[in-house]
Amino acid sequence: MQNQPRLSAGDQILNWLTTGVGRLLASIFVPLVTFLVLWRGFIFLRDSNAPQFIIVVVAIVWGVGGVALLYGVSNWLVEKLSGEWVRRLQPFIFIGPAIAILFWYLFLPTIRTLILSFQDGLGRNFVGIENYIFAFTDRVMLEAFRNNLLWMVLGTGFSVGLGLLIAVLADRTPFEKVYKAIIFMPMAISFVGAGVIWKFVYAYRGEGVGIQEIGLLNAIVIGLGGKAQPWLLLPPINNLFLIVIMVWLQTGYAMVILSSAIKGIPSELLEAARVDGANEFQVFFQIMVPTIQSTLLTVTTTIVIFSLKLFDIVRVMTGGNYGTNVIANEFYLQQFTYNHSGRASAIAIVLLIAVIPVMIYNLRQFRKRRAF
Amino acid sequence: MASVTYDHVWKKFGDFVALNDLNIHIEDKEFLVLVGPSGCGKTTALRCLAGLEEVTDGQVKIGDRVVNDVPPKDRDIAMVFQSYALYPHMTVFDNMAFGLKLRKVPKQEIQRRVEEAAAILGIEHLLKRKPRELSGGQRQRVAVGRAIVREPKVFLFDEPLSNLDAKLRVQTRAEISKLHQRLQTTFIYVTHDQVEAMTMATRIAVMNKGILQQLDTPQNLYDKPANLFVAGFIGSPSMNFFPAHLRKDGNDLFVDTGDFAVKIPEDRVKTYAPFAGREVIFGIRPEDIHNPQFAPPGIHAASVECKVDVTELMGNEIFLYMVSGKHNFVARVDPRTRFHIGDKVQLVFNMDNFHLFDPASDRENPVAIR
Repeated sequence: MQNQPRLSAGDQILNWLTTGVGRLLASIFVPLVTFLVLWRGFIFLRDSNAPQFIIVVVAIVWGVGGVALLYGVSNWLVEKLSGEWVRRLQPFIFIGPAIAILFWYLFLPTIRTLILSFQDGLGRNFVGIENYIFAFTDRVMLEAFRNNLLWMVLGTGFSVGLGLLIAVLADRTPFEKVYKAIIFMPMAISFVGAGVIWKFVYAYRGEGVGIQEIGLLNAIVIGLGGKAQPWLLLPPINNLFLIVIMVWLQTGYAMVILSSAIKGIPSELLEAARVDGANEFQVFFQIMVPTIQSTLLTVTTTIVIFSLKLFDIVRVMTGGNYGTNVIANEFYLQQFTYNHSGRASAIAIVLLIAVIPVMIYNLRQFRKRRAF
Repeated sequence: MASVTYDHVWKKFGDFVALNDLNIHIEDKEFLVLVGPSGCGKTTALRCLAGLEEVTDGQVKIGDRVVNDVPPKDRDIAMVFQSYALYPHMTVFDNMAFGLKLRKVPKQEIQRRVEEAAAILGIEHLLKRKPRELSGGQRQRVAVGRAIVREPKVFLFDEPLSNLDAKLRVQTRAEISKLHQRLQTTFIYVTHDQVEAMTMATRIAVMNKGILQQLDTPQNLYDKPANLFVAGFIGSPSMNFFPAHLRKDGNDLFVDTGDFAVKIPEDRVKTYAPFAGREVIFGIRPEDIHNPQFAPPGIHAASVECKVDVTELMGNEIFLYMVSGKHNFVARVDPRTRFHIGDKVQLVFNMDNFHLFDPASDRENPVAIR
């Protein structure tokens, strides 16, 4: 045939690669090379004595590039198959790695914790439900439960309540953005960082000649003619001082989410209620709150979960002493201070079980709002 | 039941004047329609009456009571919103009962009133449903029902039909008129649709740019528009306007557009004589332009030569888009007319129904010469 264009060398190779034997060889060769590259990278990172900088660069390139390569190659392989199989296998290529990692990092450790919770301190012998008896009867644990309940009720209540109040009020001022930015700012601070800040607020130097109080709260109290107090050493009120920190951190979150929900309420709805005879409180409680109810519940459950697993603030501020212990802190103490993995695991399981119902409810709410 | 008065009411949003010295007195039991293009201030006027906006200056009165500083809940008015604004978390019954519950009306009384209103509107079977389970027309009825049960002094409607389809709109229009007769209460109704205004109102207030243009019965508004804006706004298709010269010829007066001249009937010469020799704007409605073959007998007819540009057959009539020299106009003629595009034809103007406006009176919105 005269009109057949002459194939260049490159095209010829490409042709050969996409047909028959060439295709089969490529299908074996490419994954093999991929595997080798990834494996060599791993060996290098494990054994190399190269300068740290080079190792870091290699790790980044190998880590990010490796994932991309793995996805690319496995996707390429699957697409070589017939249409039916592409449809069946492709989803696994994309969610498979995520599921594998979840299984490895989340599911297995949970099972392992569950097993450990029935074993003794060193994880050698089974001791039945002894650890759970400890978890539910020990004085320290009961105190932690009580405190967590306080955190849950007061911490969540104030965070959501204040968040809602500020969202509603800010909505009516011309400086809404400024107010909201200020309230939201603490969100950017880590719990430990917040702990440090508030340690200064609550600071107490003791009594004696030449001792100068540096705490903000004590300064105010002294300024008003009172006497300096060791705020964090005063059970049970010291719990409230700690909860204030969480409220300070979390109100911003509640406010932002609720504010967007409030802005989503059609103004005609509120006007209709006003014309119907509602005063501003009735508009708020009978129209606004029910309308943003699902958002309100989502925010509340999110913060409830937060307060259940709260740890950092207590750890930094009091270490769980002076009657401020919480479940997560007790877990930390059992595991890392007393080296009793059995009790620690039992506490972890109890915490997990306490969080699960809230979690499920929260996910349902998210789904309703099509966040997923 | 009460009258409503706007007494020199001003409303400004920053520099924008939404209501410019509005004066309207609405009698008890009247059905007043506020009509005008969007942004004309009609909704603002309604919201000022409802208490959803504060007036910048002037007084709003319900009955004899000045309500400027009275919150909406104490004004004893009910309002139907454009979006209906039904409370999404309440059933239809609770939606309608909400205002009564807030007023601590006894339960049995609430039950009775809601059921009565539901019966009037034919929504008894929907009382247990939530708004999201209703169609647009049903929601509209619930919104009206919510207003009825309150038995307020004044009903306010803010474009309540604009979200309904054309057929339902015509049907609901008639129902709202019937409702007004039945309830014998003051209705104030805002719309941009002049057909709604013409069909339902006892009086119409035409507004533009925050200024009341004319306040009159539908018939007077149609027959005697006060100015160019009202003349153009009321009627569909709208009135044709021609810049013209008023020429005196012996004892006769002619409106001369440059392309054609029509003679003013003797009985009206006296009215327009002072304007002889001046520039005017000549206005005539499409329905007053006829095919000579089917022109009604006994009219003062004036012949005009023109060319057919477009024809639109509506079934019961034909819209002709005509060209005469540099002027375009629309005629609404008998459906038996057989004109084709490009035909040069004679049409007759019914000179018993024409309008002249004086451009010297107001450059933007010339006033009618009477």
